[in-house]
Amino acid sequence: MTQPETMQYAIETNDLSIFYGKFEAVRDVNLKIEKQKITAIIGPSGCGKSTLLRAFNRMNDFVPTSRVEGEILMHGTNLYSKQIDPVEVRRRIGMVFQKPNPFPKSIYENIAWGARINGFKGDMDELVEQSLRGAALWDEVKDKLKQSAYALSGGQQQRLCIARTIAIQPEIILMDEPASALDPISTLRIEELMQELKKNYTILIVTHNMQQAARVSDYTAMMMLYEETRSGTVIEYDETKTIFTRPKDKRTEDYVTGRFG
Amino acid sequence: MTEQTNHHPSPPPASFRPSDLKRKLRIGEGAIETLLFILGFLTIFVTVSIVIVLGDQALLFFNDPQVSFREFFMTTQWQPAIGQFGIWALVSATLTTSLIAMAVSLPLGLSAAIYLSQYASPRARSVLKPILEILAGIPTVVYGFFALLFVTPLLRDLLGADKLGVYNMLSAGIVMGIMILPLISSMSEDALSAVPNSLREAAYAMGATPFEASIQVILPAALSGIGAAIIVGISRAVGETMIVAVASGATSKFTFNPLEAAETMTAHIARISGGDLSYNTIDYNSLFAIALMLFLVTLVLNLISQWIVSKFREQYE
Amino acid sequence: MTKFTYPQEQDLQRFVNARYRTAWIWQIVFLSALLLAILSLSALSLDVVDGAFGYVAYEFKKDPLTISQTPIDDLQKEELLTILQTSLSKGAYGKLDKEKPMETRTAEDLYSLVLERIIQVKTLETFPLYDSLFRKAEIEAYVQETYPDARLEFRSWLTPRFLTSPMSSRAEFAGVRTALFGSMWLVTIAIAFALPVGVGAAIYLQEYARKNFINTIIQMNINNLAGVPSIVYGMLGLAIFVRAMEAFTSGAMFGITDTNGRTIMSAGLTMGILVLPLVIINAQEAIKAVPDSIRQAAYGVGATKWQTVWSHVLPNALPGILTGSILAMSRAVGETAPLIIVGASTFISIDPNGPFSKFTALPIQIYQWTARPQGEFHAIAAAAIIVLLSLLLTLNATAILLRNRFQQRF
Repeated sequence: MTQPETMQYAIETNDLSIFYGKFEAVRDVNLKIEKQKITAIIGPSGCGKSTLLRAFNRMNDFVPTSRVEGEILMHGTNLYSKQIDPVEVRRRIGMVFQKPNPFPKSIYENIAWGARINGFKGDMDELVEQSLRGAALWDEVKDKLKQSAYALSGGQQQRLCIARTIAIQPEIILMDEPASALDPISTLRIEELMQELKKNYTILIVTHNMQQAARVSDYTAMMMLYEETRSGTVIEYDETKTIFTRPKDKRTEDYVTGRFG
Repeated sequence: MTEQTNHHPSPPPASFRPSDLKRKLRIGEGAIETLLFILGFLTIFVTVSIVIVLGDQALLFFNDPQVSFREFFMTTQWQPAIGQFGIWALVSATLTTSLIAMAVSLPLGLSAAIYLSQYASPRARSVLKPILEILAGIPTVVYGFFALLFVTPLLRDLLGADKLGVYNMLSAGIVMGIMILPLISSMSEDALSAVPNSLREAAYAMGATPFEASIQVILPAALSGIGAAIIVGISRAVGETMIVAVASGATSKFTFNPLEAAETMTAHIARISGGDLSYNTIDYNSLFAIALMLFLVTLVLNLISQWIVSKFREQYE
Repeated sequence: MTKFTYPQEQDLQRFVNARYRTAWIWQIVFLSALLLAILSLSALSLDVVDGAFGYVAYEFKKDPLTISQTPIDDLQKEELLTILQTSLSKGAYGKLDKEKPMETRTAEDLYSLVLERIIQVKTLETFPLYDSLFRKAEIEAYVQETYPDARLEFRSWLTPRFLTSPMSSRAEFAGVRTALFGSMWLVTIAIAFALPVGVGAAIYLQEYARKNFINTIIQMNINNLAGVPSIVYGMLGLAIFVRAMEAFTSGAMFGITDTNGRTIMSAGLTMGILVLPLVIINAQEAIKAVPDSIRQAAYGVGATKWQTVWSHVLPNALPGILTGSILAMSRAVGETAPLIIVGASTFISIDPNGPFSKFTALPIQIYQWTARPQGEFHAIAAAAIIVLLSLLLTLNATAILLRNRFQQRF
């Protein structure tokens, strides 16, 4: 490790708390996310997993009452400092949503649009092809690029959303339960794809599926609610192996072994 | 599949400098937001213009030595030619026609709403609702034609031509009621459908028939929404012009007898301004005083109705 | 101690049946309200049809057969011209020629002149369709007795000629051409104003506005504007467009000097303001229907707000916005009261030649003709209503088609 300490991680949080109005949804989270690894965020429903994930690319900005305390550092820059442009943040930190949400446009346009608005210069056809290959979708759609993305199956739509995300060359990809709306086979393909993607990208995934977390992730953050305030926090963060075999926290053990939630 | 991705790696992340995240000056974005805000704010400007324009000319009217506030609100003769400006002569006709309209549209509209929301099958609804929508889309001048040339002759046959003149408030009121019916019906239907299904199920669980559940549980629960519909209906009736202009006569007269001809506030404005009216005369200014009254009354009614609807929504959300 | 009892066995059966009977009766009552509404709609339509067709008793000064062998309806322009030249006095012909050179007039125009000046048709009485169909004998006897010289003819007041003829002071020759042009101009200006402003305001309220005092007021105000009586908009238009902005609305700014502020422009802008709340509310609904997931997807790939709105929200809301605009157009076509106030001309026979012309409109003609005491004017009012309702029906059908064609599958 010759890099300076702050450059060692893809992104890190310092005492991060997220508020909706007066309600503190997430409290005091300290995470250091490893580069080019898959980090899973798990925990019972309603504990603030998605809220935390959406804080990384400032999607919570669209909730009018939301507010953040603490820092999220990327390359040593606080993403919530005043000079930061949320639009730029989202271009560097891509996101795949829970339900596939392709634009109601052609498959080609779905990928080209994001590139175009971000000022992409180069061969668009090439980019579309590469992105679709990167999302393991090319062979299935190469003959119908002009067709509506809505004609694809749910699993294909989700891979298209991934292709759309990698087309704008982010550094980090956030995935908010990306397979929860898909069938088991489509889920498997997404999981295989994630293993491919981590060669180039850092991936953060929220999942409520313990097996999935165990299968795909290198690191796992376990979230839980504070009883008294109903705010969520990370109670344990470690290598996935450790979390699932020798958790330090009793609550984590209860949760991963299915005794809770 | 994995093989394929190995052969064709996805695009690598671009090189990154922390300064890339710096906020860009996006002049276009800000300009667009400002422009859109101005367009939205324009609507406020419309309301303000209405108040200023009507208020300004009305003030000229009230400042005229021939007119006094007291006379305007307390007397019952409206004859600009001899300097009599008692608004009640016009208000009486507006009240009479509006009351008749409500007496027609309220029971009919409410019954239609109950039938549509509680009884009608989806198939029946898909036939019946468009009919009400057509009724709502007919221009009021056509209703005026209908009142004068169909309903009035019909009423004169029924009641006797000696009792009912060619111009009368009864016919205008009834047709106005038919015009407002779809409004009352659709707003009441919305209110009835907004009542949560759990209430209906609770009534069934107590052994109520569907009819008893509808009338004794759903209807009372939707009452405030129906109230809002009634108020909007009144506001519509008060502001309606063409039906009364065509069918209820062109003489201002203080009367509440629906068989007589009398001119409403709206019909009076339409008749006087339709003629050759010179600007800045007392007649001209008096129209703005009437219009201002009309605007304020309908504004208050609409505000009350909106307030009721928002309260009603809160209750079931 | 009180005893609690409920009806049992047979009593219960009877009790329940009685309750069902009451329910049944009320259901009939509720249904009859709807039937009454349907009845009113049918009565209205039949009344209009009843007025637009039927027998007419008329007489003329000069028998058409003495002028021409073929029916004058079928004559060409040249033949009509010859008739006018030979039958009219030199002075009368010269005067007409001076008003507008005869050669440049349309065949319709010449036809009307022949009827008005030479044959001099005069309608004595009109009879509604129902009577004409079922009480023909009575009508014939009545006409025979009252107007011994009159002829009786079955006539449709709604003819192609009615659509293409300009206004006339005689019901027999009057048409809605001028009024149709007026209405079209009016709606075009109204929508050209209301659509961009309305959609812009709707985008602001749905996509940009934070929940604060001023935005709450804007929204409330729009809902209220939708309920302001149309005649009040007329007064606003009169004071602002007709008078205060006369230099613009009369076209004086652009060198047009023959009009005052009572032009198509004034009326169109008044109508535009009137339908603005309607356009905004409809556009808001359409924008609201675009699912949030699409916005998030766009933000997720680094789009700015306007990029998101322009590329995704607007295209997806477009069918809804267009449907709403068409509904607003049909409101503008049928609205009458504001036009009376801003001063539509009641008698004008020249086609409007631009936004700064004097004008008349379809509903204004209907109002004028309905208010006349003579039966033949009621007949052309009915014919004009059929034209107006057909126009509205076409607009609404387009709206429905549009809605079904582009129905989104989110």
